[in-house]
Amino acid sequence: MIYHDLVIIGGGPAGLAAAVSAKDNGIDDILVIERDKEPGGILNQCIHNGFGLHTFGEELTGPEYAARFIDQVLSRGITCKKNTMAVDFSVEENRKVVTAMNREDGVFQISAGAVILAMGCRERPRGALNIPGFRPAGIYSAGTAQRLVNIEGLMPGREVVILGSGDIGLIMARRMTLEGAKVKVVAELMPYSGGLKRNIVQCLDDFNIPLKLSHTVIDIEGKKRVEAVTIAQVDENGRPVPGTEERYTCDTLLLSCGLIPENELSRSAGIHINSITSGPVVSDALETSADGVFACGNVLHVHDLVDYVSQEAAAAGKNAARFLRKNKTRHQEQIELVAENGVRYTVPSFLRPAEMDDTVTVRFRVDGVYRNHTITVCYDGRPAARRKRPVMAPGEMEQVILRREELALCPDLKRIAIRIEKA
Amino acid sequence: MSETYKKELTCIGCPLGCPVTVTLQDASGHCEIISVTGNTCPKGDAYARKEVTNPTRIVTTTVRVTDGAAPMVNVKTASDIPKEKISDCIAALRGVTVAAPVKIGDTILNNVAETGVAIIAAGNVTALPQEMR
Ligand SMILES: Cc1cc2nc3c(=O)[nH]c(=O)nc-3n(C[C@H](O)[C@H](O)[C@H](O)COP(=O)(O)OP(=O)(O)OC[C@H]3O[C@@H](n4cnc5c(N)ncnc54)[C@H](O)[C@@H]3O)c2cc1C
Ligand code: SF4
Repeated sequence: MIYHDLVIIGGGPAGLAAAVSAKDNGIDDILVIERDKEPGGILNQCIHNGFGLHTFGEELTGPEYAARFIDQVLSRGITCKKNTMAVDFSVEENRKVVTAMNREDGVFQISAGAVILAMGCRERPRGALNIPGFRPAGIYSAGTAQRLVNIEGLMPGREVVILGSGDIGLIMARRMTLEGAKVKVVAELMPYSGGLKRNIVQCLDDFNIPLKLSHTVIDIEGKKRVEAVTIAQVDENGRPVPGTEERYTCDTLLLSCGLIPENELSRSAGIHINSITSGPVVSDALETSADGVFACGNVLHVHDLVDYVSQEAAAAGKNAARFLRKNKTRHQEQIELVAENGVRYTVPSFLRPAEMDDTVTVRFRVDGVYRNHTITVCYDGRPAARRKRPVMAPGEMEQVILRREELALCPDLKRIAIRIEKA
Repeated sequence: MSETYKKELTCIGCPLGCPVTVTLQDASGHCEIISVTGNTCPKGDAYARKEVTNPTRIVTTTVRVTDGAAPMVNVKTASDIPKEKISDCIAALRGVTVAAPVKIGDTILNNVAETGVAIIAAGNVTALPQEMR
């Protein structure tokens, strides 16, 4: 069996940044496994600009942002095995084995000193479309349509209705319009959009595409191909309101119903998964329930800004390097991190105070739109820090930074809660 | 005295997304900004003034590649262009093909739609080896 100190599964922005950081922290024997024919992940199909504002101070397109990290990986001599898919991962008694396959080598096994999971996410299946009956052609997930248009150069259709106002749906509304299609409406089940404000303005408002909040698709017509779609307003319980139906003739329905971390491999290795994020439960070192197995990027929780993915991945790479260098005597002492009152989840889920860095970034999402509220951090039930936020929404990730020196002042601390409170 | 009219915008300066109202007046051939309201901070004022007088965008799209490892390559305007030129810009690129290899920053088209701005490559596509073409 081949051995590598560090195996990284997935060569998207997370895997690439993790590789660069591990190398810069002294690990030389690194293997990145990527199933696609090029590294770069989802960025390769995101041809719009707006990536890297935080990291590089300029607005890059997805392929440009990816290329910067690919260059960093290549210039450090890190090996990336392309066209190679990890098909199984097992962790037994600290023995970590990744099974992978490709055309040249067939199926092979790699034993690893440490593993970083960076498999990204995939689109939620059509579940959101609660309509019984037949499915004609012309229904695509927004991400599939994005790949068809931007990578293959194929247009899925000419007259389009989009269900879901996540960023991919919004971006595809503009993209299809520019390519000559007529996007008739974007319907969103929730009373707010899950997408970034900037995308609503630049992808819908710029092209006078209506966004109908609290609306859903209730009927799809067409035998072979979609011919028309009917949408209706929904009440607070998500039930269509009679009399609000609007029918749109169209040949294409795009579904933009959100993303879900891709954790089949993590599950097969018995790694604990957080039921809210669908990503692994991790410590402040981004280490999963398996020693020496780390996770970062969209496989951990869905990010909307790639800059945060790169930051998180750099931390994972550094921590994996530290794990490989030292003979670990694990400190069992833990501080639990809890999401309360308006906070849906936190990443990480717990801290190991004896081993933590000087600062730890805790990322989280809120469960609704909050105006003039505070983010409150409580130490064992006692408010320790408050930060006022004029507005928070589920579409934009929030963060708080915990400092080791502050935690050191509370030696018996067991539980840190993050909550949203009225300002 | 000519009439005033209002334009409603959403500031994209930060996640707050303030609804901003710009009041304009037609003054002999051009319009004048009378007031900007609704913004929470000065960034919103600057954004709104630019949006009503000279809105610009970076345009990104794809063009076809011949003999490349991928069929399409990402391209963009080298700097922002007037918003009303977006569709002319896309139209000018229809039918444009480039031969691989293509490198980030390569000029694809000069002075797109008379904007004075070039279209440059925003992705890399390697050339296919001779025998695979
Ligand atoms: C449509 C869309 C628009 C976006 N717009 C913006 C934006 O404007 N600005 C911004 O900053 N961010 C944006 N983002 C977010 C950003 O692109 C993502 O957060 C980021 O790409 C996530 O990186 P990742 O490496 O975690 O995942 P991915 O990019 O998904 O990479 C995962 C990689 O792992 C590989 N992989 C998975 N499983 C296996 C396996 N078993 N074996 C081998 N390889 C495997 C995949 O092939 C892929 O290459 C957008 C995202 C999307 C989807
Ligand atoms: S006006 Fe200021 S506070 Fe309001 S959205 Fe714009 S930048 Fe944000």
